[in-house]
Amino acid sequence: MLAPGLADPVHDAQGTFRAVMDVLARPGQVRALTPGLAAGLAPPEPLTPELAAVALTLTDADTPVWLDAALAAVPAVAAYLRFHTGAPLTDDPARAAFALIRDPARCPPLSRFAPGTPAYPDTSTTLVLALDTLIPGTGLRLSGPGIRGEARMALAPLPETFATQLAANRADFPLGVDLILSAPGRVAGLPRSTVVTEA
Amino acid sequence: MSAAIAQRPEREPGYNFAYLDEGTKRMIRRAILKAIAVPGYQVPFASREMPMPYGWGTGGVQVTAAILGRSDVLKVIDQGADDTTNAVSIRRFFARTSGVATTTRTAEATIIQTRHRIPETPLSEGQVLVYQVPIPEPLRFLEPRETETRQLHALAEYGAMHVKLYEDISRHGHIATTYAYPVEVAGRYVMDPSPTPKFDNPKMDDCPALQLFGAGRERRIYAVPPYTRVRSLDFEDHPFRVQEFTQPCALCGASGHYLDEVVTDDSGGRMFICSDTDICETRVAEAAR
Repeated sequence: MLAPGLADPVHDAQGTFRAVMDVLARPGQVRALTPGLAAGLAPPEPLTPELAAVALTLTDADTPVWLDAALAAVPAVAAYLRFHTGAPLTDDPARAAFALIRDPARCPPLSRFAPGTPAYPDTSTTLVLALDTLIPGTGLRLSGPGIRGEARMALAPLPETFATQLAANRADFPLGVDLILSAPGRVAGLPRSTVVTEA
Repeated sequence: MSAAIAQRPEREPGYNFAYLDEGTKRMIRRAILKAIAVPGYQVPFASREMPMPYGWGTGGVQVTAAILGRSDVLKVIDQGADDTTNAVSIRRFFARTSGVATTTRTAEATIIQTRHRIPETPLSEGQVLVYQVPIPEPLRFLEPRETETRQLHALAEYGAMHVKLYEDISRHGHIATTYAYPVEVAGRYVMDPSPTPKFDNPKMDDCPALQLFGAGRERRIYAVPPYTRVRSLDFEDHPFRVQEFTQPCALCGASGHYLDEVVTDDSGGRMFICSDTDICETRVAEAAR
């Protein structure tokens, strides 16, 4: 049987969106998802409840979604997302409005996703990563819009070159991808405007 | 009007929460996220017909409807006032379609929708300021073609705007632009702060609150994240300056607030009072105690 979607579609989606909006506006800060929301969602493995909550909140028929190898390997994941969001799935990361990354250690290079165009930088991909570790106050150094002075955030697992890739992503501003980071029960954000340096 | 009543009204049946359907909210929410990621850049969105005419804040209303939640406390101001037609009707619209608590107190609100003022009370981290924007493109009166202004923004080619400000100086001896005064956001995009008086421009800089801008007729959403540099354009020899008032508010005696001129009779009588009704009423009430 197909796993259920959001129990309260209006308010669960609003709560998830506000958490995501808050963390993209304030990089380095972490927000809890609506209590009980992640627990109530039981999407097919290996899709995490947090990835599912963000996908059900933000994607629909207008947003091509790209799944990483870990998610694409399980047909039930695609069936779940298709049924609950109606979003078309794409094999081409450069065409994706959203990319769901279950295995962030093997995240493809950020340059393979859509960076937007100079006239329309908003047409870039938003990556949603399922991390194990998401700890504010330590790790990568962040500065830029939304950050008072400097913030820090420890993220794992990620490819070794990830900080370099983020720096290259920032160098192309206003082009670039934006990242929604999730870990069990909580989210954080890394918009393209953030300057990231290794500690 | 009595200030500071966070009443929680009954939501009318027959509407989705906050009026808009969920598909529309998703589309607006995606636009808001991209607007936050590229501060000052205007994101196109599929603006809907709202049950009020364009020009009455349909852009701000759609942004507010997309972010509003049950636990929010909403304040709506029109030129700083909580009790003018536009503010009253939009506040009532959300009270009826969402049932959220409303307030006139700046400090109590979690979302403040505004038409052309920033409250005098400093904003805090937990707040979102939603601007109603008539014409989002700062270059529109210099270059009418959208295809061209897109290119100018893509190339960060803002020379024409500086020429306009320079022409002000050559004609008037100073920069005569007093509202919708152009700003540069986070060192990149030049942005129209909506027709707020330039008096409010310094409040946008390094503001702890998130600022969202919605233009309904022109179908654009843009944003200034918290703690972001917002610089009013100027010249070294003609630095940016805000309006100064020679007298304090006639009601509450405050100086350093933006004042409205009110004509009191037909023989030239007039008084200057705070444009921000909340802070003015609060100060008058405190003085009476």
